[in-house]
Amino acid sequence: MKTILQHKLLNTLIISALLVTMSWTAAHAQTEEQRGFEISARSDRSDRGFGDSRVVLKMILRNAAGKETTRELVLRTLEIPDESLGDRSMIVFQRPADINGTALLSYAKILEPDDQWIYLPGLRRIKRISSVNKSGPFVGSEFAFEDLTASELNKYKYKFAGSEVCGQLQCDRVERYPQYKYSGYARQIVWIDQMAHQIRKIEFYDRRGDLLKTLLMDDYREYPGKIWRPHHFLMRNHQTGKSTELVYSDYEFNTGLKDKDFAKGALSRVR
Amino acid sequence: MRHLILFFAVLPLVADAYETKLSGFIGGELRYFVSDAQFENQFNGLQASLLLQPEVQLQADKGNNQFSFIPFIRLDSRDDRRTHGDLREAYWRHIDDQWELLIGVNRVFWGVAESNHLVDIINQTDEVEDIDREDKLGQPMINLSAQQGWGKLSLFILPWFRERTFPSKDGRLRSQPSVERDVMYESTAEQGHVDFALRYSHYLGDWDLGLYYFTGTGREPRFLLNESGAGLIALYDQIDQLGSDIQFTHGAWLWKFEGIVRSQNEDEFSATVGGFEYTLYQINDSAADLGVLLEYSHDTRDEDPAKAPPVIFDDDIFLAARLAVNDTQDSMLLAGISIDRNDHSSVLSIEAERRFGSRWSVELESRWFMNIKEETLLASLKKDSYVGLKLLRYF
Repeated sequence: MKTILQHKLLNTLIISALLVTMSWTAAHAQTEEQRGFEISARSDRSDRGFGDSRVVLKMILRNAAGKETTRELVLRTLEIPDESLGDRSMIVFQRPADINGTALLSYAKILEPDDQWIYLPGLRRIKRISSVNKSGPFVGSEFAFEDLTASELNKYKYKFAGSEVCGQLQCDRVERYPQYKYSGYARQIVWIDQMAHQIRKIEFYDRRGDLLKTLLMDDYREYPGKIWRPHHFLMRNHQTGKSTELVYSDYEFNTGLKDKDFAKGALSRVR
Repeated sequence: MRHLILFFAVLPLVADAYETKLSGFIGGELRYFVSDAQFENQFNGLQASLLLQPEVQLQADKGNNQFSFIPFIRLDSRDDRRTHGDLREAYWRHIDDQWELLIGVNRVFWGVAESNHLVDIINQTDEVEDIDREDKLGQPMINLSAQQGWGKLSLFILPWFRERTFPSKDGRLRSQPSVERDVMYESTAEQGHVDFALRYSHYLGDWDLGLYYFTGTGREPRFLLNESGAGLIALYDQIDQLGSDIQFTHGAWLWKFEGIVRSQNEDEFSATVGGFEYTLYQINDSAADLGVLLEYSHDTRDEDPAKAPPVIFDDDIFLAARLAVNDTQDSMLLAGISIDRNDHSSVLSIEAERRFGSRWSVELESRWFMNIKEETLLASLKKDSYVGLKLLRYF
């Protein structure tokens, strides 16, 4: 009897242990994805609530031999509070001089291709363009269009991949997998700091799974309303040896931009 | 002229208080005609030009008041009517929350097609610049627009008509006989006839749509022989025109349509152009994009240039490829051929463009008239195939 009882007890113990292990594993697996999402959501939402912004930026393109070309543009953004919709942005080129006045209007979508129009000042023409080319280089730079616009939270699936020191900060490492069509990436690894919850570094892996590019973001400045913005981006392409640097001026927030300033018809008058 | 002087006198004063921007370009163009001329008087060989287009833009009140001033000058070595100046823009624009008002000279482009700019009607064509009808003369106007959630409504009052420019008797790429400087109008108000246009445009999902009505002096003239029979007189009729441009953008496809219905010289006709542009992105794992374009134009107007304005694209297929290299110099190549379905007369165009440094750009433009039949509209151009090179410095 005693042995049977002991046996039964042992069985129960083993089963319980097994159950605990299983549920712990399940809980842990869920945590990695949830945790990845939560870290990314906190980071993304920490940038929200800015209303609208205007910033001038300089784009420095370097080829493998180090030869530089520079572009200057004005970026205006209108925040759309609904997370299931993307923000609206208007880019106006100022330099080089021959493309001065060329403007690009984008209505970002989450999983669908964006709506995009380009204004060609030579012909005074507004043209709706295809936006499926998310992975192509943006104006000859190492930034693909998706690198500039795809910060919307729901564009990815996430997975927490550990914590580590990044510069002087402690960072969470999150893997993210593009869910939108036509992405040029199989996955990205994002380093988000635990202090201000801002992205410090991104590694881009191409569709073959090879490391394609690394983006470093620094010179973060805090604006009223706890809004952080990086003012320096460095994108290195490991496969071509080319790089692109973005240098931002100070941001202006709540400049009074409205829907009408991001209407298709506004392209011909934006400066 | 007095207004112009006043404008320049006041300009430096207001420039301090306003945000001012000076830009524009200066450059040279060289055209080489590969064959000797078909007609007497026409020159052979090289045609050189100097170009200048400064652009002054001012804005005040956070951009809610904008001023633009863009004169243009071309000096041509061979054709005294190609030597010309124009005020491309000189306007004041006020932007309000619900509406915007523009008074002055401006350029407005409507349309979606690449080969044939059928619905584009506000501005007169500056034909001595290029035969592709993409260069336009500045049009005086009062333009009131309202941008709402349901679209944009735009009213144009056009108080002064601009006559089309034509090459002189000495020039290449002209009709035979050449177009005289004398013009005729159907309206007794002549150039002073006030024209109107009302346009609605909007976009819904993948669709972009424009619809307009124009009434007034038609921009395209008919041509009558003058008394001596040695020249053509341009005759500008009063017209009514309904036009529409539609684009459906889906994936890498752009589907395009333009259509007009016009009454002119007691006749009524319609014309359409439709087709697609399909882009192959990052060809061969490079950064370059290759676009393939196919368009078809059809026009039902009278073929007699004395009865209706002459039109090349009456039953024509246009096939083209556009290569955007996507490099730091924004190199671009466009090659297209337009073929008449009836007589197989063809025009091949090759255009290439590239930037050098940060301020220079070079453009190559070449047109080849091939298989041109005697009795067609293009017959006077059959010896006018040329290669052109344009070097511009932007400032």
